[in-house]
Amino acid sequence: MDKQSLLDLLRHDARESVDDIARQLGADADAVAAALEELEDDGVIRGYQAVVDWDRVDEERVRAQVEVDVELDRETGYEQIARRIARFPEVATLRLVSGDYDFFIEVEGDSMHDVSNFVSERIAPIPEVTKTVTHFVMDSYKEEGIELGDGDDDDRLSVSP
Amino acid sequence: MTIGDHISSRVEQVPPSGIRRFFELAEEVDDVISLGVGEPDFSAPWAARTAAIDSLERGKTSYTSNRGMRELREAISERVTRYGQEYDPDDEIIVTTGASEAVDLAFRAFVDDGDVVAIPQPSYISYTPGAVFAGGDPLPVPTHAEDEFKLTRDALDAAGADEADVLVLCYPNNPTGAVMTDDELAEVAAFVEEHDLLVLSDEIYADLRYEDEHASIATHPGMRERTIVFNGFSKAYAMTGLRLGYAMGPPEAIDAMNKVHQYAMLSAPTTAQYAALEALRSCDDAVEEMRREYDRRRRFVLARFDEMGIDCFEAKGAFYVFPEAPDGDDEAFAEGLLEEQNVALVPGSVFGSGGEGHLRVSYATSMRELREAMDRIEAYVSD
Repeated sequence: MDKQSLLDLLRHDARESVDDIARQLGADADAVAAALEELEDDGVIRGYQAVVDWDRVDEERVRAQVEVDVELDRETGYEQIARRIARFPEVATLRLVSGDYDFFIEVEGDSMHDVSNFVSERIAPIPEVTKTVTHFVMDSYKEEGIELGDGDDDDRLSVSP
Repeated sequence: MTIGDHISSRVEQVPPSGIRRFFELAEEVDDVISLGVGEPDFSAPWAARTAAIDSLERGKTSYTSNRGMRELREAISERVTRYGQEYDPDDEIIVTTGASEAVDLAFRAFVDDGDVVAIPQPSYISYTPGAVFAGGDPLPVPTHAEDEFKLTRDALDAAGADEADVLVLCYPNNPTGAVMTDDELAEVAAFVEEHDLLVLSDEIYADLRYEDEHASIATHPGMRERTIVFNGFSKAYAMTGLRLGYAMGPPEAIDAMNKVHQYAMLSAPTTAQYAALEALRSCDDAVEEMRREYDRRRRFVLARFDEMGIDCFEAKGAFYVFPEAPDGDDEAFAEGLLEEQNVALVPGSVFGSGGEGHLRVSYATSMRELREAMDRIEAYVSD
């Protein structure tokens, strides 16, 4: 079983059935099921999620990208700070990045007020955090490699040479 | 006297395309899922599109050299070395308005009245009319499922192709998805040399092979000087609407084709030439990604037909499979499937002798639609 091909396929559409994956990879369905289980057990596959265009959902959803600067000391490294921040359910994404700041956080909330409160009351007071800069997301055009919005209509001829 | 009385006998002698009739039937059906489409469902790689946009912004809207932009011909010359082909960008390559124009130019440049044009069938639907419009006499050479729709010496002999002047090849093949190996082409090359034929080799699907490298008859000993090779950007680069192709062959052949081209078309679209140049320079990864996706779909479709008990040889190129119609009547099956399940396939008989009793199934559509279409075909078959 070529696990890279299996992962490519799931990245494209995680809802494919085991049987359909097997057909596409020219593999046995039992072998696909076993490979999936192994990838999950090994922590390679951490979950399966939909890519949602929130603009098409009535429910209000506010997201912000937060730059976080930290100051390390002898007892505290990036890992410890990251673990502490990651536990907040409001934090959807957390990455250590190179450049002008240390952590990139994506925060979700029901309103701008919620998100602002979370950053000022939960993130900023962490002793190692020295600065936060919050960017509210105004619109999304692409998520996880998928373009959002209109434009995917198939206007080819229904039958052609 | 009406305009109708003036229509040339060559045009009148060509019947309306069977694919057109089926297209009209499909158009009448709402919410049709079409597996009848002979073009990629992807868009051209964005880098190629931006190059086209950039050329427009810079006002590059004039004619180019008749033979196409020099830079593009150089890039094509470099590209085809991967198939073992070597052509001089100066005088052995011409850029055309789609590979279709290249094929038409060749018919007009090399076919005299009454010349016999051998066309392995089932075949892409334009070869036979193209030969007729040029005054030629098409000779169908049926190929068969038991030979995996490959052209064999036996098929050429049986059809009387030894009397032909021109042989048209198209591998990987539309509509069957058949490919030919170097060894199999060697057998055809021997026949061609023995009977002194000219070869028109349409290799537009060269990059869409799933199990091995593309093989070209032009690379066989003695073949380069009697072969015109066609290729283009429509299929591998998903650039059908940009209409850009090319032909390669000996200088006197390309000169002859250019003579027709410079009066009929002048030059291929400039914007598309810029897109093509960028496609050759930077879009290999995008082509490979599309090829891998087609391959996954091909395996899926073949597996589903196999599970339904429908015979289908293992197509190894292009983006078609060519299963047998379960009850043997391809037209009735395709029409019934369209009527009852809103799925459009193309009856194999549209593609000439050898295609009867089969169906062309294009997997150039999304997995979501493909899955639904195959479920509906299964429901129709089991009814």
